[in-house]
Amino acid sequence: MRLVTHNMLMCNLKSCTKDKFPLKVTDFTIEESDVDPNPDFLIGLLPKLEWGALVGTAKALGVGDELPSKIPEDASEDADFLTALHHVIMEVEIKEAKLVCNGCGRVFPVSKGVPNMVLREDEV
Amino acid sequence: MAARAIELLALPKDRSLYILDIGCGSGLSGDVLDEEGHVWVGCDISPSMLDVAVERGCEGDLFQVDMGQGVSFRPGVFDGCISISALQWLCNADRKSHVPKQRLLRFFETLYSCLARGSRAVFQFYPENPQQMSLITQTAMQCGFCGGLVVDYPNSAKAKKFFLCLFAGPPTDPRYSQPKALGTEEGASNAPRNAIQNTGTSKRKQVRDHRKEHRVHVKSKEWIASKKDRQRRQGKEVRPDSKYTGRKRKPKF
Repeated sequence: MRLVTHNMLMCNLKSCTKDKFPLKVTDFTIEESDVDPNPDFLIGLLPKLEWGALVGTAKALGVGDELPSKIPEDASEDADFLTALHHVIMEVEIKEAKLVCNGCGRVFPVSKGVPNMVLREDEV
Repeated sequence: MAARAIELLALPKDRSLYILDIGCGSGLSGDVLDEEGHVWVGCDISPSMLDVAVERGCEGDLFQVDMGQGVSFRPGVFDGCISISALQWLCNADRKSHVPKQRLLRFFETLYSCLARGSRAVFQFYPENPQQMSLITQTAMQCGFCGGLVVDYPNSAKAKKFFLCLFAGPPTDPRYSQPKALGTEEGASNAPRNAIQNTGTSKRKQVRDHRKEHRVHVKSKEWIASKKDRQRRQGKEVRPDSKYTGRKRKPKF
């Protein structure tokens, strides 16, 4: 799972009502790969990102050093910023981890890069 | 089929978007999305299919999700959703705790919330019977979607394909343009419009009288109908309506 998708993911429990987002990443192994840059996609995505959560998660994974604490004013023109963002959200992949919900404490395991969000029967 | 579904999505050309693929299996439909230059996220319930997808080296992010339990993404993040041959599985009750109507409701509710306004969702599916088809479309409408069914090659037995095209809110409807603020145009007087008028009877009395006239009596025909309707919406098993529903018995002697 790439960080762009982690930034969209919430806790799946219906009973969990506060602090559903972001899920904390613990016991992780990450893998970095090369992906072709796609600035159009990034510019379209910018308003949808929760910037604070993204920077927090990236720092926790040890990859967010190049990210500024705020989105710059002229983000779509700033090539350095877009490259840094592209690296963090598209090229870093969480391979094995545990995603922990801050609100209810439910743990979602990630194996081979695939998070398991299926709930037990008593949780539905 | 995936190519036709993407055609029905009617995405804006030469833009790279964020698409959800429900029931992605081994990621075949994702490959088509990739070719179009979109970034996609795939969901499936079967771990073995997801393993195949991982081994094939899919570009998209994969999730193991039971769609009857809802998809858990933040509101308004996806620009579109496709699903190939998956929706009919929601109508099966594989376990005792599965109620198809409730699972469909949860699925469409969460899907509606995670789609951006003005985006579309296209589902290719194989309905078992007309009841199943109407159950699916009705549930989608209840969750706020508009749209309907597209049937390709309706007269051919083999090539016939059902696509459910849903719209999450209108894209560029002139009715939804920003309303104008009062008193901003040139030459407008600063005095507010005189809106208060004395109508004679008090508002509270009007409401009370209205309620008195339109009260639905307990155990009346309307009361029973509305109760059954409510329980149907909750996905409970309800006896069908007949001409005897809510009818008074005759006095015995």
